[in-house]
Amino acid sequence: MTANITLSKGTARRRSDHPLWFLIPALVILVVFFFVPTLSNFVYAFTDWSSFKSAINFAGIDNFTSLFSNGTLLNALKVTLVYAVLVAIFQNLFGLALALLLERDTRVNRAVRVAFFIPVIMSALAVGYIFQALLKPDGALNGIIGALFGTEVAIPWLGSTTWTIVVVAVVHAWKWMGLSMLIYLAGLKTIDEDVLEAARLDGANRWTMFRSIRFPLLAPAVTFNVATALLGSMNGFDIVQATTEGGPGGTTELLNIFIFRTFGQGLFAQATTMSLVLFLTVTILAFPVIRFLRKREDVL
Amino acid sequence: MTATAAPSRTAVRARRAPRRRLRLQPIAAILIALLTLGVPFWLVVATASKTQAEALDPDLSPPSEWRLFDNFATVFTDGDMLSAFFGSLLVMVPAVVGVLVLGSMAAWILGRRGGRLSAAIYALAISGIVLPPAVVTIVLLLRQLGLAGTALGMIGVYMGMYLSTVVFFVTGFVRTIPPELEEAARVDGAGPVRVFARIILPLLRPVLATATILICLYIWNDVFYALFVIGGRIDTLPLNLYQVASAGLYLQNWHLIFAYIILMSLPLLITFVVAQRRIISGITSGAVK
Repeated sequence: MTANITLSKGTARRRSDHPLWFLIPALVILVVFFFVPTLSNFVYAFTDWSSFKSAINFAGIDNFTSLFSNGTLLNALKVTLVYAVLVAIFQNLFGLALALLLERDTRVNRAVRVAFFIPVIMSALAVGYIFQALLKPDGALNGIIGALFGTEVAIPWLGSTTWTIVVVAVVHAWKWMGLSMLIYLAGLKTIDEDVLEAARLDGANRWTMFRSIRFPLLAPAVTFNVATALLGSMNGFDIVQATTEGGPGGTTELLNIFIFRTFGQGLFAQATTMSLVLFLTVTILAFPVIRFLRKREDVL
Repeated sequence: MTATAAPSRTAVRARRAPRRRLRLQPIAAILIALLTLGVPFWLVVATASKTQAEALDPDLSPPSEWRLFDNFATVFTDGDMLSAFFGSLLVMVPAVVGVLVLGSMAAWILGRRGGRLSAAIYALAISGIVLPPAVVTIVLLLRQLGLAGTALGMIGVYMGMYLSTVVFFVTGFVRTIPPELEEAARVDGAGPVRVFARIILPLLRPVLATATILICLYIWNDVFYALFVIGGRIDTLPLNLYQVASAGLYLQNWHLIFAYIILMSLPLLITFVVAQRRIISGITSGAVK
């Protein structure tokens, strides 16, 4: 603040209208509770901090080499990325399909939209437990499939080392598809009716209209939905913890699941290392993803 | 020949399509909702109303005898719902009020001032929207500050996580408020605090409503960060669900897990039903410009 007063009189007057000290409380909270822990990630990932001894010693890159050599690092990283991509795909497909289905403003559509928003406001942990029950080998989903085909069905939805990650990503997408739907609906509303009318007069059928006019004009909504789905699911925990706890055989062990598990075992340095890996991965991916999606908007 | 046939066929389809869609669309919408939402929700309600023996393998069969409220009573006492409810409020309300006030203060300055410094601070302040919090070292820091396992520590962590969201939403909104509105008050001799509290804050109401909804949703349902910071010390609704379920799955108490899920979802569900239109328009207005 004192620095401002030394500036020329005119700017000093204007600047004191919006004093910098208004920033200080927010910055203090951000620094203490966000930036300091983030920076300490870069320190404690290189120590042997654990609950088994009181001293914390420098350990070099031991944590990285041990997590790398026993395969957990690459596995958790791969699982997290695959999960994030699958969630982004499913959530956007479901959300867009719902938005197109429920686009017209009828009473039925409005009620159904509200219904699809209920999973969004529910706890993700609760959603996970519901689907754990639904997807049991002798659970309700297999019951329905069995009734349809008239045979006994016992598909272990949550017990496959290959497909369970897909199933869990679908559950994640189920929880959030109502939000994507709303955002696509808002995007569809912004499209000029005249443009659509012109295309209709030119003889465009519904599929052509969607592919070459409406979908491109939805670009801002796609940007928001893909970016939030990707980044949100990279930070995922609740649904996977409630359905598989990372299993079977570590095939759904997201970085956050690993962090929670190793933290519970008292291996704090290893948990910190994984937390740093998550931070770096999100940082490396977030900015290119957002820039790429924004650029796509500009072209249009 | 084909050239003349094709347009006439599409023309016929274009005329007929809207009418056919009118009849099919509501049925399709309701059917899809019943399949994708009705099945899971019915499973919850039916299982939450059964006895332990009946709920052992949760399926879609209706309970032979509706015991929903008996099960509610059981989880209400066994799951410490009352203390969990107040624990959730205890961390959520101060955190939300805190981020709204501090975030708006910062956003007002960042939205009004130009220059490199403001731009740099703004970029740093909103980086938390995408960057994941360093959950393990937060615990270490809280221990050093003597805040480990306390409500104050949890509030600070949530504030550090969601200030970015508020700053992002509000700064964009502040820029749409004409500066003349502030000038008028300033001419009357109002200082920055008065201008902010009397002029700016009331104008921010719509955007603060949106931010409140989003952040309440996140904090009310958060279990990951709560497990690290206050797990075992303070009850919150999701933490207690985690405990009820961890013990319940072992004991095969699906009826209690689902009864707990219904009870814990009710506060947000009721809020949503009451303020449904405002919530939906608030959330979508922030996303698509």
